[in-house]
Amino acid sequence: MKWRPASPSGRARISIIGVIGELLITAGVFVFLFLGWQLWLNDLVVGSEQRDEAIAFSRELGSAEPPATPIDPDTDFGEPVVSPVSAETVAFANIYIPRFGDDYVRTIAEGVDASNVLRTGVGHYPGTQMPGEVGNFAVAAHRTTYGAPFNRIAELSVGDRIYVQTVDGWYTYVFRSLEYVLPTAVEVLEPVPHAPGVAASERIITLTSCNPMLSAAERIIAYGVFEDWQPASTGPPEELANLNLGGT
Amino acid sequence: MYASLWSVLPGPAWVRVLILVVLVAVVLAVCVFVVFPWLNTFINVTDVTVE
Repeated sequence: MKWRPASPSGRARISIIGVIGELLITAGVFVFLFLGWQLWLNDLVVGSEQRDEAIAFSRELGSAEPPATPIDPDTDFGEPVVSPVSAETVAFANIYIPRFGDDYVRTIAEGVDASNVLRTGVGHYPGTQMPGEVGNFAVAAHRTTYGAPFNRIAELSVGDRIYVQTVDGWYTYVFRSLEYVLPTAVEVLEPVPHAPGVAASERIITLTSCNPMLSAAERIIAYGVFEDWQPASTGPPEELANLNLGGT
Repeated sequence: MYASLWSVLPGPAWVRVLILVVLVAVVLAVCVFVVFPWLNTFINVTDVTVE
């Protein structure tokens, strides 16, 4: 292609339609760039920041090293210790879900405000129970955008472990089922989901996120049941010790 | 519009291409680090809580 040097005749060829056309093409490219950034690039960057944050936090919570003398896996540590409720927006736990990747860890902070807690990881519904407590430990996180902590929630399979680490210890939940509900279905947060007023006897975990992806039309709910507990001094459960979680 | 941008740039073709590459990089950087995060604060299509 041969371009003419700047000259009055060259400039005369610029038409209004041509400029509008080029502006529209530019706007289209801009929109695609924004979508690529929002749905892919930014999630990668923010997700990895959230992971680094959680790994640093796990060191504050306790040693990630297994103890010098191995713990007998059949040891019964008794009733799980329940941590006190933390202040709004303050992180109090980490969540590990090996199904989401062998380096998956996110912080859990108190509150489910989209403008703060949910931008840093997973949020705990205020008023629902704490990890290891009889009732419902309910949390929420984004499925797309803002690091998308629950991006792969629909991939959970029966038997998958969900680990929660607090300053007191490690709580193991086993994924049981998925459910799809309307955004108004607060009954999934009840101590016994869908059964308001019924006294709980089981310890469960409830994860909520949006459904379908990129939409706010419905919610996807994942339930898990409590399996086991071990104090912080015993180090992480065996499955986690083998994961790629940044060492120490 | 873009044709006139090309014609106002100085130097031989490869210099102009170089200038344009730098310009595109600057525009992309401003988008990624300033414009997109700002735009994103207006978009909240992904409510994740039941309420």
